[in-house]
Amino acid sequence: MSYIAKPKVTHPGMPKNKLGLTARDYEGTVSTLCAGCGHDSITAAIIQAVFELGVKPHMLAKMSGIGCSSKTPAYFVSQSHGFNSVHGRMPSVTTGANAANRDLMYIGVSGDGDSLSIGVGQFVHAIRRNLNMCYVIENNGVYGLTKGQFSASADIGSKPKKGEPNKQEPIDPVSTALSLGATYIARSFSGDKEQLVPLIKGALMHRGFALLDIVSPCVTFNDHEGSTKSYAHTREFYYPVVDMDYVPPAEEIKAAYVKGEVMPLVLHDGSTIVLRKVADDYDLTNRAHAFKYLRDHFDKGEICTGLLYLDESRAEMNELMGSIDTPLSHVPLDALHPGSQELKKLQSRYR
Amino acid sequence: MASVNDVVIKIGTVNGTGSASANGLLRKAIFRMGIPVVGKNYFPSNIQGLPTWYEIRVTGKGYQSRSNRVDVMVAMNAQTYAQDMAEVEPGGWLIYDSTWPRSQMLNRPDITVIGIPFSRLCNEQFEGARARILMKNIAYVGAIAALLDIDLDIITKLLEETFATKAHLIESNMQAIRLGYDYALAHVVCPLPMRVEAMDATNGNIIIDGNTAAGLGCMYAGATVGAWYPITPSTSLMDAFRSFCERYRIDPKTGKNNYAIIQAEDELAAIGMVLGAAWNGARSFTPTSGPGISLMSEFIGFAYYAEIPTVIFDVQRTGPSTGMPTRTQQCDLISCAFASHGDTKHVLLFPADPSECFHTAVQAFDLAERLQTPVIVMSDLDIGMNDWMIPELEWDENYVPDRGKVLGAAELEKMEEFHRYLDVDGDGIPYRTLPGVHPKGSYFTRGSGHTKYGSYTEDSAAYQGVVDRLLVKWETARAMLPKPEIRYAKQNRIGLLTIGSGDGACKEALDRLTTQNVGLNYCRIKAFPFADEVKQFIEQHDIVYVVEQNRDAQLRTLLINDIGSKQAKLVPLLHYNGMPINAGFVVTRVLEEIAKGQAA
Repeated sequence: MSYIAKPKVTHPGMPKNKLGLTARDYEGTVSTLCAGCGHDSITAAIIQAVFELGVKPHMLAKMSGIGCSSKTPAYFVSQSHGFNSVHGRMPSVTTGANAANRDLMYIGVSGDGDSLSIGVGQFVHAIRRNLNMCYVIENNGVYGLTKGQFSASADIGSKPKKGEPNKQEPIDPVSTALSLGATYIARSFSGDKEQLVPLIKGALMHRGFALLDIVSPCVTFNDHEGSTKSYAHTREFYYPVVDMDYVPPAEEIKAAYVKGEVMPLVLHDGSTIVLRKVADDYDLTNRAHAFKYLRDHFDKGEICTGLLYLDESRAEMNELMGSIDTPLSHVPLDALHPGSQELKKLQSRYR
Repeated sequence: MASVNDVVIKIGTVNGTGSASANGLLRKAIFRMGIPVVGKNYFPSNIQGLPTWYEIRVTGKGYQSRSNRVDVMVAMNAQTYAQDMAEVEPGGWLIYDSTWPRSQMLNRPDITVIGIPFSRLCNEQFEGARARILMKNIAYVGAIAALLDIDLDIITKLLEETFATKAHLIESNMQAIRLGYDYALAHVVCPLPMRVEAMDATNGNIIIDGNTAAGLGCMYAGATVGAWYPITPSTSLMDAFRSFCERYRIDPKTGKNNYAIIQAEDELAAIGMVLGAAWNGARSFTPTSGPGISLMSEFIGFAYYAEIPTVIFDVQRTGPSTGMPTRTQQCDLISCAFASHGDTKHVLLFPADPSECFHTAVQAFDLAERLQTPVIVMSDLDIGMNDWMIPELEWDENYVPDRGKVLGAAELEKMEEFHRYLDVDGDGIPYRTLPGVHPKGSYFTRGSGHTKYGSYTEDSAAYQGVVDRLLVKWETARAMLPKPEIRYAKQNRIGLLTIGSGDGACKEALDRLTTQNVGLNYCRIKAFPFADEVKQFIEQHDIVYVVEQNRDAQLRTLLINDIGSKQAKLVPLLHYNGMPINAGFVVTRVLEEIAKGQAA
């Protein structure tokens, strides 16, 4: 892999967002992933989402671990700081970063190996803390960089390019997150940008831990017949449950919806998520129901997608810890200790 | 044996019976009489029911280290009675609970055995099993007070301070003190020939453990994010930081916290949190011990290569592996100096006592931010968890924190382009930016190969340029770190060299050796990489005894490796049984080595 800067060519007619920036301003360096990789589609969806939201680039922090997925933060928003950490440890870095500066918007990009094998400990504990971040798992069921070994999300019976089908139970990030109390849980497909972009927007604006489990086929090692993470398989068993639109604060809900099929949900910052139910028997505010529903459909081989669970009521990590509202890293150091006189006084107990 | 203000009292009890507060009371009372005193804990890795000891060294001369003798043994634990008796210095005393008969097999004609029926006295006086056990401990404080001539008024005053809001406890505790005190007066000739006498040598001093002092230092340094995973013997450092923060870091307007303490799921996560917070500009730290260092190593290497200020406290315990978690050693020197795979090396600081723990904590944050690299404060269980007498801590109101080379929004605005890893100033330290400040400041922090501009590379020259520049920074660090403490005796060809908690034992040994007409020059190293002064000190001497607390002479290895010291002239004096090093050990080993040298 090498570093290739993208030529900066901006068409004068390109649409601009509320900051006066074009989608080009949210791009990164040229991707070095395989042609047709699902991850690149997700990168494009992230760019569209942050462009449309009008995120200030320097207020976005891009976090990742190791793997194909974890390279992608270099491919979007060059004007944001990125932290490409060590394998499976992106959640802890994001936890510390968020404790130090809660004003930034955090997007973490991880993979199924990074989050469900080596990093499963940090993944579950970040959920437990309700870390305020958008956590993307680009889920392809295999290790790409080491040439095609199964990951922990591989389904039973899924066939590798070479060797025996997988026999072990997969770890499903969505049901794991449900059981741990994540507050925004969605699943999508790299090939469905229409569904994906609003889900990313909602996840970025949600206060608390937002999980996006995105099936993102590996064209080189896991896109063959018999794989359950291929484009063809995902399209065939794709089962949208709840689609959504994201409406920023103070903006009118304009799209025409059929009454009864839509449900607006107001997020913490005043923006709105308009849910369009595809399956009318699904309730995304009921954890037990959601769990059973998803499990039943999983057993039928169906991949339920959309916004699958939402709870806007729970406090995020900094609120739970009782931290001040301003970022801790902005407090001047001399305001953080009581000075020489108090040091003298407090030592009376050591005499 | 007769002496004044030179006595070692060792108390053997069962852990979980509340003896810690009784022992603290005794130690404080002696200190309040103006007599320097040292308190050492020898405790099991256990919650309740196993043997535990507290050793109080009354040292009129103000020595810091453990003594290797016991003059007065208070053997309250039947389980360790034989062992405790064996440890008493000939001519010493042993006090035991004579409520129950003891085996006549366990006699020693060369010591005086004093039986006091603590249990019977307390059972007659107090109701309830718990009260009786607690009061039995207080009663032995009373007995020792009579035997050593400790001022009873001072004990009363200490109890009044401790139980200021619980008057009934003052009364019952004083009753227990009296039980032991009066019994001893009535049955033994008090005071013993070894006794204490009021001095004026503790004014302006405090007694504190190193972890508390380090936690206080972190608070004064302005650390806002502490992440940790509980591990003995470092846990009390974060406990102390938390308690200081709860007192001094609550925003008066909102009642919210000016700090974040995160108990991580493991050390892998704790260090990741420290890195994330430091990357975002907060002063952040983690306290840990050897096993934690092993787990943190991958991220320590990342911080070295990606150049993130990182402060770690390693309160060392006995290794390898789980080792003896409640015993002390200096056994992580090499694993910390080179933590992580690849070519990495890290700045180490070696505090020698709690006073230095406080000041080194502040210094560690300054150095980490100045050098943009991990700084590991190498404390140990002896410093961290034992009670040391040190001069009262002082805070310099003129202290200006060193936040290092961080570019602000205005500077970035003026720049055409920012490149993260350029050595602009020639000192090997590049400029960094914080997220959320300015779009021009953005860069991609990575542990993968990178160019001086910060971008990914697999190009040999570009890669090597960056890792070579890190060596320039290493030399900048060497010049910037604390200099060694060096003391010259009358001209001598032999040097004595140590680090950290070896200091007290070495200084006391130097005094003792001087009385035997053996003069040694002394060097105590305060930081790694080693200052030029260390190199000069070693070059000045034909022989240098290197005193350290591990089996493999790790400090000696670092000296050979870092400054090319001649292997043959560095003679290791190694103390690694898990107990704090004492002056007697140093004296004995020095004399042995000198004798060997003369024979040769």
